Amino acid sequence: MSAELFSVFYQFADVFAFLILSAAGLAIVFGMMGVINMAHGEFIMCGAYVTVGLVNLGVPLPIAQILAALTAGIIGMIVEYLVVRRFYKRPLDSLLATWGLSLIVTQSMLLIVGSAVRGIGTPEGSFAIGGYTFSTYRLVLFACAVAVLAGLYIIFMKTRFGVIARATMQNAAMAKALGARTGRIYSISFGIGTALAGLCGALYAPTMTLIPTMGATFVVESFVTVVIGGANVLLGTAPAAVFLAMIRMALNASYGQIIGQIGMLFAVILIIRVLPEGLSSVLVRRGR
Amino acid sequence: MYSGRIVGMALLGAMLGTAAIGAAQAAEPPLKVGLLEDVSGDLAFMGMPKLHGSQLAVEEINKSGGILGRQIELIHLDPQGDNARYQEFGRRLLNRDKVDVLIGGITSASREALRPIVDRTTTPYFYTNQYEGGVCDASMISMGAVPEQQFSTLIPWMVQKFGKKVYVIAADYNFGQISAEWNRKIMKDLGGEVVGEEFIPLGVSQFAQTIQNIQKAKPDWLLTINVGAAQDSFFEQAAAANLNLPMGSSIKIMLGFEHKRFKPPALNNMHATANWFEEIDTPEANDFKKRWHAKFPDELYINDMGYNAYNALYMYKALVEKAKSTKLEDMRKVIATGDACIEAPEGKVCIDPKSQHTSHRMRLISVGPKHEVTVEKDYGTIQPYWLGEIGCDLTKKNDKDQYTPSHLPSKS
Repeated sequence: MSAELFSVFYQFADVFAFLILSAAGLAIVFGMMGVINMAHGEFIMCGAYVTVGLVNLGVPLPIAQILAALTAGIIGMIVEYLVVRRFYKRPLDSLLATWGLSLIVTQSMLLIVGSAVRGIGTPEGSFAIGGYTFSTYRLVLFACAVAVLAGLYIIFMKTRFGVIARATMQNAAMAKALGARTGRIYSISFGIGTALAGLCGALYAPTMTLIPTMGATFVVESFVTVVIGGANVLLGTAPAAVFLAMIRMALNASYGQIIGQIGMLFAVILIIRVLPEGLSSVLVRRGR
Repeated sequence: MYSGRIVGMALLGAMLGTAAIGAAQAAEPPLKVGLLEDVSGDLAFMGMPKLHGSQLAVEEINKSGGILGRQIELIHLDPQGDNARYQEFGRRLLNRDKVDVLIGGITSASREALRPIVDRTTTPYFYTNQYEGGVCDASMISMGAVPEQQFSTLIPWMVQKFGKKVYVIAADYNFGQISAEWNRKIMKDLGGEVVGEEFIPLGVSQFAQTIQNIQKAKPDWLLTINVGAAQDSFFEQAAAANLNLPMGSSIKIMLGFEHKRFKPPALNNMHATANWFEEIDTPEANDFKKRWHAKFPDELYINDMGYNAYNALYMYKALVEKAKSTKLEDMRKVIATGDACIEAPEGKVCIDPKSQHTSHRMRLISVGPKHEVTVEKDYGTIQPYWLGEIGCDLTKKNDKDQYTPSHLPSKS
């Protein structure tokens, strides 16, 4: 019985980690900054490729993963400076610009790196409970997801940067008038967002096939989680991931992956219909 | 004087020009080969060897004098894994470029998207993948292996070696669904039991739940007919969770070269039946591999699709030269004689007149813990007999249909 219970927790943790890690970066870039970043998946791919490249050069996996996230963050800040900065007042144009960027990046990767890269293998370690065996690394992913949530909360709620950043997102003109360097705030926020995307790719790189279009497998889940989370990203993303993970896990377990996917997306449609402002609107109203 | 020289040179130029045109008219225009293969998108890693195989064959055939003295012009378009683009590009090649032959398509979905368009023309179409079998269509010539060559060999061997309980993981589209149907039929005939079947949407990459469903069902072995890079992540995740079950497949190793793409031992204990895999060690195969790698030194693996794509052009050459015509009806007269054969790197392969599918020398291969490939069993040449047995006879009637164990020709 305890094996079954643990199995349920493990499956929930697995889906939850996938949703949080793929959505965290987008929560900042799309949720807070309002940039519809269609190249989100490509930043995830960037994190994965840098990780594998570094590991093949002999860098230990955890250090490679951190460096990969930093690389994605720096590239993100460059992209923000060159492209995204021009579209803050034109969200629909930002969609087109970043989509174009995504096409250019995937095709260039295909031409430069080739159509498939040899994987690095998941770090060893599995344990058995009852009749089931589990991969230890999947629990590491869950721990990372929780750490990312905690880190985001601390950065945006407890630091001076966070206060100024939230002020800038709410009313850039007013924040500027009060002396905040909004350009830099935008740049750093975008960088944090893409670094988190890179971290997602870095963490999942050992468990997946690496191809230039791999980011696409994360994109639907990430947008869905952020949209369901609603306007208040810091409050909304975690409950959204919990909610979607429960539905998906239950349906996956009973009816298989197809129904799991359909069910999750169906739940998303329902939520958007009933709560157009997302889950966080309910939580914020409660809080008042 | 100047003007006279200029006139003279112009005259000379004109004469040379006419001579050049005359020469071009004497040599016949090239044969146009339309090729549709994905070299970008999710299946690019499988499609790239298909393009390379076609290019190698075209280069070799052109160097040795072409087909009936005509050179081959290869027109390749990249449908990027999108079935709508397959149709659009198929129409373009058939109707605008007026190709003499159409080759290509990776997934069975793309083939079925193309087939009705090909059927409205008189252009021959070569499908070069192994697939779930059953297409009875006079316009199509299939170069790859089919279930009676792959599943009817592999599944009994797996049952005998590992046990009667199988769990199936299949991609959720026509290839996965029909292949799973084949497995159910063969397992039933063997008195085995399918303890679980899971169909997975293309693009899904997370398998923790699937792995636990498998452990709950306690199968003796797995049939893995998952497709594409995302779904291949299953192997890495199953190895990380220490699932440790024997696996069988009709598309792994020789087609997706997972043993080259994943770190050992993720593919340990995988078994497959194949007409081609790069590890085949015969003089003909080694010579072929040498030519391929000389032209494409960066190729990670020569997969069976790429190999079949190479053979398709030689089969086309053989048919056209025997028929002394590029017309489909004349080529089919050659096929009807049962003498449509080529010497391929695997050995002699022939087209079966009733189904227009190809006979193959099948071998059962296993992957070891270091991802080394060993040949377990050599079945010799196996005919694509199933369609003929159930009543498809293209020499008499063009059904233009795809049959499965549960969809047989109506008795009339």
